[in-house]
Amino acid sequence: MSSANTNASPLIEGFEVVIGFETHTQLTTQSKIFSRASTAFGAEANTQACAVDLALPGTLPVMNKTAVERAIEFGLAVGGEISERSIFARKNYFYPDLPKGYQISQFEIPVVVGGEVSFFLGDTQKTVRLVRAHLEEDAGKSLHEDFVNQSGIDLNRAGTPLLEIVTEPDMRSSAEAVAYAKELHKIVTWIGICDGNMQEGSFRCDANVSVRRPGEALGTRREIKNLNSFKFMQQAIDYEVRWQIEQILDGHKIIQATVLFNPETGETRSMRTKEDAAEYRYFPDPDLPPLEVSRAWVQEVKSRMGELPRDKAARFVSTLGLPQYDASALTQNQAMANYFEQAVSLGAQAKLVSNWMMGELSRRLNAAHLDFDSCPLSAPTLAALIVRIMDSTLSNHSAKTLLETLWDDEASQGLEASAAQTQVDKVIERLGLKQMNDTSALEGIIEQVIAANPDNVAQIKAGKDKAFNALVGQVMKASKGKANPKDVNDLLQAKLATL
Amino acid sequence: MNAIHDLSLKALCNALQTQQLSAREVALHYLDRARQHTSSQAHLASGMATTDLNKADQGSCGAFLSLNEAHTLAQADLSDQRLQTGQARALEGVPIAHKDIFVTQDFPTTAGSKILAGYRSPFDATVVRRLSDAGMVSLGKLNCDEFAMGSANENSAYGVVHNPWDMTRIAGGSSGGSAAAVAMGLTPAATGTDTGGSIRQPASFCGITGIKPTYGRASRYGMIAYASSLDQAGPMARTAEDCATLLSAMCGPDIERDSTSLDLPSEDFSAYLNNDLQGLRIGVPKEFFAKGLSDDVRQATQSALDALVRLGCQLVDIELPKTELSIPVYYILAPAEASSNLSRFDGVKFGYRTKDYKDLDEMYQKTRSEGFGPEVQRRIMVGAYVLSHGYYDAYYVQAQKIRRMISDDFQRAFSHCDVIAGPVAPTVAWKLGEKSNDPLSNYLADIFTLPASLAGLPGMSVPCGFGEGQMPVGLQLIGNYLKESQLLNVAHRYQGVSDWHLQRPGSPA
Repeated sequence: MSSANTNASPLIEGFEVVIGFETHTQLTTQSKIFSRASTAFGAEANTQACAVDLALPGTLPVMNKTAVERAIEFGLAVGGEISERSIFARKNYFYPDLPKGYQISQFEIPVVVGGEVSFFLGDTQKTVRLVRAHLEEDAGKSLHEDFVNQSGIDLNRAGTPLLEIVTEPDMRSSAEAVAYAKELHKIVTWIGICDGNMQEGSFRCDANVSVRRPGEALGTRREIKNLNSFKFMQQAIDYEVRWQIEQILDGHKIIQATVLFNPETGETRSMRTKEDAAEYRYFPDPDLPPLEVSRAWVQEVKSRMGELPRDKAARFVSTLGLPQYDASALTQNQAMANYFEQAVSLGAQAKLVSNWMMGELSRRLNAAHLDFDSCPLSAPTLAALIVRIMDSTLSNHSAKTLLETLWDDEASQGLEASAAQTQVDKVIERLGLKQMNDTSALEGIIEQVIAANPDNVAQIKAGKDKAFNALVGQVMKASKGKANPKDVNDLLQAKLATL
Repeated sequence: MNAIHDLSLKALCNALQTQQLSAREVALHYLDRARQHTSSQAHLASGMATTDLNKADQGSCGAFLSLNEAHTLAQADLSDQRLQTGQARALEGVPIAHKDIFVTQDFPTTAGSKILAGYRSPFDATVVRRLSDAGMVSLGKLNCDEFAMGSANENSAYGVVHNPWDMTRIAGGSSGGSAAAVAMGLTPAATGTDTGGSIRQPASFCGITGIKPTYGRASRYGMIAYASSLDQAGPMARTAEDCATLLSAMCGPDIERDSTSLDLPSEDFSAYLNNDLQGLRIGVPKEFFAKGLSDDVRQATQSALDALVRLGCQLVDIELPKTELSIPVYYILAPAEASSNLSRFDGVKFGYRTKDYKDLDEMYQKTRSEGFGPEVQRRIMVGAYVLSHGYYDAYYVQAQKIRRMISDDFQRAFSHCDVIAGPVAPTVAWKLGEKSNDPLSNYLADIFTLPASLAGLPGMSVPCGFGEGQMPVGLQLIGNYLKESQLLNVAHRYQGVSDWHLQRPGSPA
């Protein structure tokens, strides 16, 4: 049982929310799933559709091996089972942008079975179980806007390879659903099977939403189609949940339906109910033999894949001693993980690197709309800075000052490992940030501070610890942050004891 | 010298290679004959002017649907150049005509349907391309049952095909135009396709030789699909020897265009034509000789078996117990696949679209109701029904199980014999119109050809005598997978001791 089910679910007006996802990810292949036409986005209408995509008489589908490998990569990334033999079926229905009058998809036996996706929601780890992931072809596009009393058909997209990823109904809130979708997005872009471009429709989510009172059987679901931004996803689910609860509280029954979210009104609207659900007449496609995926092929694909995010995160925990939360955050994307690993490899302590990356650097990068692969401060520079914290050259306070300078200093940007330490040390010198490790100078400061703050000294004597911290602060301030906090502590305590 | 159209393909090929005949001369001779046997409605299929067709309604067997004289002669001239410059290919300059189920760039392709009237394909079917790569000259396109659905060639939107032996009778189907054209000497060879017997049965009814190879031998790319898991192309000609030559040129892997194409090189199917048949075990399935087989066909088939014994073969009694079930199994699976394969003919992208419609649904309904003939509509409806939710398991899944059993029965039989022999059809060709309002009796006549189709096995028809009304009878030979050479060997040796294949309509023995 997943943790999503074991944790107490947030209730809304006494109702539990149940969400499952179906995500269509467009696979990164040069050519289409069953033809040799290009899959590039944005070409002039119908210029990237060949005879097979147009379903001209006599044409036949031939499986694109790369699309299968993309599916295998996904299966490996989520710990799913790769079917040794899967079947392509025909889903029959008439629509002008479906040239053959059927869509080739996988029905009874998909290429990937099971697997799971884990992520953090706040501090809590959640796991969503996957039912399956199957290969299928996309349809073309119907263009209703540009024509009067007519519709245009663009078949450039027809035959584009898709991997449809289906979850169990394991999510219990819109926030959890969005976190799942983000995590899935991270996985497919990390392993490179999908470009993740949501505006162009490369990553489209359908959310199955229902509500129930805790302990009851699953409620009737409505499916929100084509959610193509994380923001709309949350809005749509929140609206849908409120709507369903209101309906039930008003004594209505939920009718199974497919709905669309309108971002302008913020509402969901029913497209069709189950009553008019099509009869798809699925049957195995006689034009395509069963897809055989040998274990050797799976191994070959696996050997070409880099370390998966979840394996990387596990390694950060087991060999670098990072908390699970940090490990998960640092494997948000490949650039971040690479940055982290490079800094650690140069001798910076893992937890310090993690803190600086997730704190100061992330804050600055977000503000500048930058990512770790375009961070002005290179990983070697951060490592050099952290090394100087570790050897007590820098206090945390002066390290922050240093970072601020380095960030804006052109000479300190994009440094390689060979140059980083020299440059960082030069700037420390220039700014005079070197921690005061000379106790006689520090003792002088302490004496001045004690003399200037008799009230605090009296309070300390009366046993008030807070007053001690205030004195430490005064000393640090007087040393311009260069004093070593530990030395300040020790010397101050010793001095007070003599009074 | 005989008239050009009396020469066998082999003799014609020799005459061309030795430049006794020019390819142009041969093409002109055949075009002239073909023009007199175009279908009554060829102008609708091809968009050609009726004057160009020079159609002779009187005496036309209706075999040809379209001609493109300029293209044919251009191909012939190219062949002549090659023949003159020592670059001749195996079948240089030899004419062939194609069943109108193969798409062609240089001729319209209709599949015998109104829904594709005048359709032009931007590419050639692999089979068509392979044959022209071997040097063959395309004469034109041949009539067939609409989308290859039929056993009488009465389901073409462009008129029936008459049997050259008796113009009041059917030519058989669905490759009726191919069989009639070869029998009548309108072409030395034709392509056909066989889904449930569509090469073998018309070959039998018209007294010619035809072979359907193992499923996957010939590429299906460019063959308009009827039932994908059964459709297979093959040659139709006068003799087994001619078929062997043609088959070698047609077959071969096409795995980048057809996923069901076998990744096996073509063979020289002529290599074993003259092998000795001594000791060869011929399996005779008792189910093929049960009641329902007419006496004339039984007699002709039996005489052929006797001739095989005289050639050294040994007859073995075998059983194919699911033979009768092959009819319901076929008439579930083939329509199921057809109902889906024909969905692309929707009036949106190509082909016929109805004139007046209010909305999309009405456009679909009227286009398909007006564009498809009654038999095609019947099979689409049967197919849609058997695939529907709630019926799928009872029909489609069950039929697939029995299909596997039928294949297993054949494998058991082949442990006792090398080649299976029996009749092609229970009767000789019947009268035009006799069964056209009775689909069921049409279906039942397919009983002996369906089992090999369902198992994907190679099968052929060889002329073996005449029956009622002096109509030809064919002997069916069925081989194990990839054993086409063996079938052709048996057929060729049989044709060495018989002259049924040499008979011509109009001058019967």
